[in-house]
Amino acid sequence: MSDRLLVGTRKGLFRIARDRGGRWHMEQTWFLGDPVSMLLAERGGERIHAALDLGHFGVKMQRSEDGGTTWSEAPAPCFPPKPDGLEDKDPMRGIDIPWSTKLIWALESGDASELWCGVIPGGLFYSGDGGDSWSLIRALWDDPRRKKWMGGGYDFAGIHSIVVDPRDSRHVTVGVSIGGVWTTRDRGAHWALIGAGLRNAYMPPEMAGDPLSQDAHRVVQCPANPERLWMQHHNGIFRSDDGGENWHELIDVPPSSFGFTVVVHPADPNTAWFIPAIKDEKRIPVDGRLVVTRTRDGGKHFDVLQNGLPAEPAYDLVYRHALAIDHNGERLAFGSTTGSLWVSENQGDSWQSISKHLPPVICVRFEQ
Amino acid sequence: MVTLRFTPNLQRHVEAPAAQVKAATVYQALEMYFEQNPQVRGYVLDDQGVVRKHVAIFLNQELIHDRVDLSDPIGEDDDIFVAQALSGG
Repeated sequence: MSDRLLVGTRKGLFRIARDRGGRWHMEQTWFLGDPVSMLLAERGGERIHAALDLGHFGVKMQRSEDGGTTWSEAPAPCFPPKPDGLEDKDPMRGIDIPWSTKLIWALESGDASELWCGVIPGGLFYSGDGGDSWSLIRALWDDPRRKKWMGGGYDFAGIHSIVVDPRDSRHVTVGVSIGGVWTTRDRGAHWALIGAGLRNAYMPPEMAGDPLSQDAHRVVQCPANPERLWMQHHNGIFRSDDGGENWHELIDVPPSSFGFTVVVHPADPNTAWFIPAIKDEKRIPVDGRLVVTRTRDGGKHFDVLQNGLPAEPAYDLVYRHALAIDHNGERLAFGSTTGSLWVSENQGDSWQSISKHLPPVICVRFEQ
Repeated sequence: MVTLRFTPNLQRHVEAPAAQVKAATVYQALEMYFEQNPQVRGYVLDDQGVVRKHVAIFLNQELIHDRVDLSDPIGEDDDIFVAQALSGG
């Protein structure tokens, strides 16, 4: 089990560690004052990537090769020159889509030194050298359907979820908000838009099942059974048993099926966790009760878990990358927009409050 | 020679020393500076080489007129200061 946790926040990166007595405490801080939009601790623990959103000065990638002792700036994914005269406008507002990285929103390891990075405004970048260089996946960016992607919570569309098939690292599936689910089987050279069975309620009714206009909030894959994907969608919770080609909606999930985040047990595809909020226009816990929901049977039933979570009214929201599970599937952690952080050592049955005073939490990951 | 200086707020993230270059426009001055200090480029310009939205460039204490092509002419002993606009919380 993992004894160390990285927490990226609106104002810095924190490492939380478990001591021998079982108490979790803040062990280290980095980049205090700077928003950390994404982080990745590679397997083995020495190499850590942290994406900073410096606002005025753009997005930057920081990398440590020694487990966080020292950091240095690494190249950030960068768009190629936009061809003169090319029209590339946001379909909702008619304004130019910037060919410039606005936010690093997803970062995952592939094979060996491979990295995949998803950004706003909708670019997917590949690195074959551990982040020393990046290239835009042109086949996806140049697909004419990409121009129909729309912004959701942000002004422009973005890629927030990247799952690399553990059986074949050339097979990569991404979730786009708002732009559906796309998959490649040749490391990005060709892409298919998938997602039959997904349903939205924000488009004209005739477009409810349009795969392109689905707002996936978060997509995860079970490493032990890569055909099983789970999705927290803007309009509900969905499960796929065929790698994302077809989806099955789970209805009547208590207390709500709205939320942003989901994790799946690494060895048990039927066990997944969610953190619900009321609905899209009320992004707070139902009845002021912050809970985690868990299914152990593929979504037929859900446990509502609250042991150790606030007894008093709570208005925490948990972002899409702010719930994490360790590689054994025993420990979970999540952080909230109100700067609280909790850890569970028993699959969510009970939770320990680690801090109530962090900056707003953006992303959480266990170190392996 | 024109002098280029950068906001202290930038120094927290990247080394951006003051420097003097010989140039005819703001664009030329910045390009010459970035040749000597490539680490600073991405903090001032975006992926397309455009001045970042919340970066302001002053020429002799006046905001430059052309933020797109940086064509403002400069003369001997001019002073360029790269600042950050105030925003956020």
